[in-house]
Amino acid sequence: MVSAATHGARERRAWDALAQIPDPEIPAISLVDLGVIGDVSIDEEGRIAHVELLPTFVGCPAIEVMRHRIGERLTELGIADRVEVKVSFATPWTSERISEAGRERLRRSGFAPPVMTGGDGLDQLAVLPIAECPYCGSRNTTLDNPFGPTLCRAIYHCADCRQPFEQFKRV
Amino acid sequence: MAEPGASRTPPDLDISARDALADLLRSVADDEFVIGFWDSEWTGIAPMLEEDVATSSIAQDEIGHARALYELLATLTDDDADRIAFGRDADAYRHAALLDHARGDWAFSVARRWLYETADAVRLAALARSSWEPLAQLAGKMRREETYHRMHADVWLRRLSDAGPEVRQRLIDALTRLWPDAQAVFVPLAGEDQLLRHGLLPEPMGALHATWQAEVGPILALVVPDLPAAAPSIDGRTRHSDDFRWLHGQFTLVARSEVGATW
Repeated sequence: MVSAATHGARERRAWDALAQIPDPEIPAISLVDLGVIGDVSIDEEGRIAHVELLPTFVGCPAIEVMRHRIGERLTELGIADRVEVKVSFATPWTSERISEAGRERLRRSGFAPPVMTGGDGLDQLAVLPIAECPYCGSRNTTLDNPFGPTLCRAIYHCADCRQPFEQFKRV
Repeated sequence: MAEPGASRTPPDLDISARDALADLLRSVADDEFVIGFWDSEWTGIAPMLEEDVATSSIAQDEIGHARALYELLATLTDDDADRIAFGRDADAYRHAALLDHARGDWAFSVARRWLYETADAVRLAALARSSWEPLAQLAGKMRREETYHRMHADVWLRRLSDAGPEVRQRLIDALTRLWPDAQAVFVPLAGEDQLLRHGLLPEPMGALHATWQAEVGPILALVVPDLPAAAPSIDGRTRHSDDFRWLHGQFTLVARSEVGATW
């Protein structure tokens, strides 16, 4: 017989472990801060850990790497006999899911965090090119390309400090 | 939240409805897959570096969407997504005739992308209301990404239509040539009554086609004043060109070189 407290503790350990796994494409931010972990549930006997993974983009090539690392890490920890990572679109990942800590880590590593506008809609108005330069904080920036080196990144230029930078796209 | 893995397969569907749903998924997935491969042909040779990055990124999105759709299709047909993507003969693909043309010049690619993005947006809005949740959820997510594609296509359509007589003429020629085949995105599917009855597809292809035409007609009229009336041709997803056969040879090359290989 396993108490509810132990059951909850197992899930907390899993979340803590996932918070240590870096995003494969932007290692400054963890999977938890990025908001790609939708849910973690482990049955009372600790047989199976279900992890719901919400991809930032449907075609993100890092999905398999993330899935593998999550499975590997939770298996190492012995949190459950088996770990199942399921890619899901039930809750669509949106850039609003990045935590405040995650936004700060992005900034510190030279990425402008996505603009927060609230709401779920995504139309052409919502993706208007607005970014704050992560180096000098200026909003005097221009969008060079809404498409960047990975699916989730756009390229900007800061007119004040004359620095090119990337933004994590609003999606 | 639903149990993980629940409702992946639509409940209580008879075989004919499931087949119709598979046909729908195959047509959408093949469209995304084939346009993704045509776009990837621009990698390294686009007219400017920014467009090299943009078309490559868009191509990666589209092929990613195709992959997710093939995975859903595989759950319906008890097949494997990679085999569906790379293991079929050229004649078994069901992409629209719009995507049967070779890459062409930049104006041709812009014209095709704009026609496809506008049509795809209408279709995705409908699929996001499908009664089959996994499809509705995936379409909802895809729509957010397609916002960027649509914006890219709009900007380029406007830019080329304002860029001087030769460029404008190339754009007009491309739109005129592609217009009849663009209708094929909305070819009615064989089992469409089944899809409608179960709400798998909330509106008939004919209605989606009318919505699309009403939306793009006034914009196209500004560029090409005398586009003829056009409707989807019945073989719009089954006849394939030598251009597509060439592309098929390219994108299946690795898979064919070592059948059944894993990596």
